[in-house]
Amino acid sequence: MKEMNYVVNDPEGIHARPAGLLVKKAAGFKSKVSLTKGGKTVDAKRILGVMGLGVKQGEEVTVSVEGEDEDVAMTALEEFFKENL
Amino acid sequence: MITLTGKRVFSGVAIGKISFYKRSEKVIKREHVEDIDAEFQRFIDAKDIAMEQLKGLYDKAMKDVGEANAAIFEVHQMMLEDLDYMESIENIIKSQKVNAEYAIATTADNFAEIFASMDDAYMQGRAADVKDVSERVLGILTGVEESVVQTDEPAIIAADDLAPSETVQLDKSKVLAFATMFGSSNSHTAILARTMNIPAIIGLGEELKPEYDGKLAIVDGFTGNIYIEPDAKTMDEMREKQRKDQEEKALLELLKGKENVTKSGQKINVYANIGNVSDLGAALKNDAGGIGLFRSEFLYLENDTFPTEEQQFSVYKQVAEGMAGKKVIIRTLDIGADKQVDYFNLDKEENPALGYRAIRICLTRPEIFRTQLRALYRAAVFGNISIMFPMIISVAEVRKIKEIIADVKEELKNEDIPYKEDVEIGIMIETPASVMVSRELAKEVDFFSVGTNDLTQYTLAIDRQNSKLDAFYDPHHPAVLSMIRMAAENAHAEGKWIGICGELGADLELTEEFLAMGLDELSVSPSMVLPLRKRIRDL
Repeated sequence: MKEMNYVVNDPEGIHARPAGLLVKKAAGFKSKVSLTKGGKTVDAKRILGVMGLGVKQGEEVTVSVEGEDEDVAMTALEEFFKENL
Repeated sequence: MITLTGKRVFSGVAIGKISFYKRSEKVIKREHVEDIDAEFQRFIDAKDIAMEQLKGLYDKAMKDVGEANAAIFEVHQMMLEDLDYMESIENIIKSQKVNAEYAIATTADNFAEIFASMDDAYMQGRAADVKDVSERVLGILTGVEESVVQTDEPAIIAADDLAPSETVQLDKSKVLAFATMFGSSNSHTAILARTMNIPAIIGLGEELKPEYDGKLAIVDGFTGNIYIEPDAKTMDEMREKQRKDQEEKALLELLKGKENVTKSGQKINVYANIGNVSDLGAALKNDAGGIGLFRSEFLYLENDTFPTEEQQFSVYKQVAEGMAGKKVIIRTLDIGADKQVDYFNLDKEENPALGYRAIRICLTRPEIFRTQLRALYRAAVFGNISIMFPMIISVAEVRKIKEIIADVKEELKNEDIPYKEDVEIGIMIETPASVMVSRELAKEVDFFSVGTNDLTQYTLAIDRQNSKLDAFYDPHHPAVLSMIRMAAENAHAEGKWIGICGELGADLELTEEFLAMGLDELSVSPSMVLPLRKRIRDL
């Protein structure tokens, strides 16, 4: 399993549009991708869950990836977060 | 006449009949079903049709209002195919042996509830999205056609609230304005109204009654008022307001994208002054070529304590990215004199305009200055940022600033934090002293920007807050113009550029003279960008 912590920089937090992009990105991998904030973990391939976390600017999330393509997935997700969030 | 007040979403004045949006009622009953697999399949089939419709709406919105606004229909598709959503519906159908309609309505309510209870206004607005997609599937299942506004002549569309899919399906040529009872300024209705440039007022409450359907009304998007059955006086005032607004908008459209060039071919940059991130929209809307003065004071004035490096970084980055590569000149803090902040603990002064302010605070309390510089150099990576220092009187000050900058950069480098190495730096020319030594100053910096308000006050020794002195005050005083000319000559002699970011820059009577002086830039309030462009093009 791979894990990374990320502090969201986007002033709007993970709102609808980036949540949609994140779900699309996560869905492209076989690995299970999950997102945790403040002890609550959701499946990053499910948009209602991701939006339901209500991640705001300055809040830290943990991204974990587990599965056969976890290395590639983690690299891609890291890039995605830096670029979009 | 009835006057109602709500939250304004987009400015402009619209006069016309109210057309009240009537939504067809879908009555959802809980019904027992035997064949639960077939029932679930009914949902899947309806969902697939809804997905097709949403794709169509996405394409339509893409054409009408652009990708950023169309994206919501892509999010809608994802919501509809969300596994939590689908599993909840499947679960309710199969475990309770009930109809799909009931399962969908219950699931929609549950998810909407989650969003509505969040402490974030934006996310609360998303409750409407979950309901909107669910309504679509329900409409397909129950065979109730989606309601569309039926109006032959253009009208003011009134409703309790409008879902994104409803606004996008409206025939735009028939919509004069929006007026809704509920909704937030983060709702997609509000966002779309802004993109479509249609006056809109939301949150008018239940005073906005369906019985007003067909009545004449005026929507004033500037004040947030709606006048139902207006009297003659209000009608005349509003007609005049509408005429002025339309004239301005026409001027704006005509001049957008045009160059700031005189008939003889002389070009000059026209930038905008902004005092907050929220002014960025106005600068872009008015087609400013850049930001000539971003007053960083608001960061300090709006806080109860010193703004952190991260806070500042995020604001500067946002402005730099928002201007997408166009120049953004950020002025370091200009606190003191008429701008006081409690937590700076500044002493009361006999003569604050000549006192402890601006760069003088920065150079004696370097910890405040360093935080701002770090944020600026980091944010500069994300766009075309220049930094400008206020209230300079000597070359020694500039050298001291440059030492601090070198030190801050070294620090960032050692901490392995990304920053931009070469950031253009400039100074405000707002003291007679800086004009007198401008040749020397020009050797030290990349540009000058003349702050005419202070330069006038210091040159004429006239306190502008004192109305008794109005008779002595001449904004076009030859001494001030001479000062500007001298600074311009010295800047150019050293191969540096010079602009004006004070009120005089927007004085159309002086535009010709400024061009004759060879000024490279004029920075004015966003609403003056296009009038100034017109003046330049007429010369």
